[in-house]
Amino acid sequence: MSTQHTRRLALPSAILRHTALLATGALILIPFVWMVSLSIKPPGEIFRASFSFWPEQFYGLENYTRALTEAPLPQYMLNGVIVCTMIVVLQVAVCAPAAYALAKLDFPGRNLLFAMVLIALLLPHEVLALPLFILGYQIGILNTYAALILPYIVSPFGIFLFRQFFKTIPDDVIHAARLDGLSEFAIVWKIMVPMALPAIIAFGIFSVVSHWNSLFWPLIAVRDQNLMPPPLGIMAFKNEEAGNDYGPLMAAATIVVAPLIAAFLSAQRWFVEGLTGGAVK
Amino acid sequence: MSIAASSAEQQAGSASVTPATRAALRRQRISETLAAWALAGPALLLLVTLFFLPVFAVFAIALTDWQFGASSLSFVGFDNFREVFADEGFRASLINTILYAVIVVPGTIMLGLVIALLIESGKSCRAFYRAIHFLPFMATLTAMAIAWEALLHPTIGLVNQTLASLGLPTANWLRDANTVLPVLAMIGIWQNLGYAMVLFLAGLKSIPQDLYDAADIDGADLWLDRLRTVTLPMLGPVTMFVFIVVALRAFETFDTVQVLTQGGPGHASEMLLFTLYRESFEYLRTGYGASVAVVFLAIVVTLTLIQARVMDKRVHYQ
Repeated sequence: MSTQHTRRLALPSAILRHTALLATGALILIPFVWMVSLSIKPPGEIFRASFSFWPEQFYGLENYTRALTEAPLPQYMLNGVIVCTMIVVLQVAVCAPAAYALAKLDFPGRNLLFAMVLIALLLPHEVLALPLFILGYQIGILNTYAALILPYIVSPFGIFLFRQFFKTIPDDVIHAARLDGLSEFAIVWKIMVPMALPAIIAFGIFSVVSHWNSLFWPLIAVRDQNLMPPPLGIMAFKNEEAGNDYGPLMAAATIVVAPLIAAFLSAQRWFVEGLTGGAVK
Repeated sequence: MSIAASSAEQQAGSASVTPATRAALRRQRISETLAAWALAGPALLLLVTLFFLPVFAVFAIALTDWQFGASSLSFVGFDNFREVFADEGFRASLINTILYAVIVVPGTIMLGLVIALLIESGKSCRAFYRAIHFLPFMATLTAMAIAWEALLHPTIGLVNQTLASLGLPTANWLRDANTVLPVLAMIGIWQNLGYAMVLFLAGLKSIPQDLYDAADIDGADLWLDRLRTVTLPMLGPVTMFVFIVVALRAFETFDTVQVLTQGGPGHASEMLLFTLYRESFEYLRTGYGASVAVVFLAIVVTLTLIQARVMDKRVHYQ
């Protein structure tokens, strides 16, 4: 919008804008603030129910220590990191070559393959959970990392997104690479992927955020506490603690939420792009 | 036109097409096809194994009386679907999901739009406000649901404390059949409004300045006039798109139900994905669960196809 438009926004309306946005912002933040507040309060203060954010007696150390030692929370976090990393690496490894073939090569069956990608894009993973559970059972991978990773190693959305981006790379670049003697495989990894890095990063953020946060499939795929990703782990912790020992529970919740929030605040643009990119484009 | 083939043609140049160049051309085509299938092969195999066979399997299982672990099964036609729709629990679940969406979708759109308009109406602190409002969308919902549970706790929760201190009636929000669904919907709005806001901000950016200038000339001096004559009409397509995307997310709600209510009290907060999960994986009523999955798929596909049409319109529109 032009400066002319902004200038017309006189002082009273500017104040109104900030007041309104600070009010809605504060409301939005209440759950986060309350979570952190309870995570540093001793049980007595939690049950006395006061409005104050800061505790009279700082109990953070005890709560966070208990969260980290009574439940295998570090293990949950590690599981989350392992699973998300494996998924995103495999997704790029599987989707980038396929997207290149769809974007830049001519071969019989290309339209059919692309139609399959579009149809797969329609299918919500929850619908496929039952057959995938049976498949996991048949090949004996239930209750392993493999069960958490397998359903996601091909991402129709990833193929779609990469194909769109690869299409914008000029054909001359590929001609030149072929004249230099690069194989098609090398063209994907040495030319296309580096040139499409913004799309790869945006997709990576989308993938990591959705799998770090996901509860539905892990709930089905693993029972062993040592394999649980953070959302499932914290749910198990809540059920064990009978949900009433709020201090350590809130500390655990804070620890689970913190990494993504820290990453988001340090790379806001990338996150907004990654999480809405597919939708906006 | 394929690159490899076209480069082969270039190599052939203007010379007359001899059998030798034709053979070279064919060799190049074959090698391009082989390369393409080698590159796309793993993805194809995985798409078939992880998407297409499972979706066929869901339809097949829905037509049988199979139970997970049972060694025999028989074809029962549409019996499972009849049972699903006759089941009070499922009907409650379907109605709850629709009611939930009916609250969440307009709530999210209105708040998202208002916040986007407020942010865009000034220059300062845009990134800051956008970040705050977007935060719930990417925070782990399972963990945040636990924070919400603490806020909504009947005696020590902040919500009831605040209401009590203002002299307003309090409630046991998550255990009362009358309040549980609206409360879950509030959490849904809280989680999604930042997403709607970001989509609206993108929509606002794409409105050409000329239209505002034209509105100025036409005497639309007030902010409200410009909003009514330019901004809102131009946001029509984006709004339709946000509507579908948020509706899809509303229908796919699972985490809050699983963590906070388990569908209760009674069936008061049972929603489709929770029913799907419970029937398939807790009660192991496999055929029934598959039928619920088919119904869920039908709803999601319908919404997505509407979205595809809307996206088409948007492209023509610009």
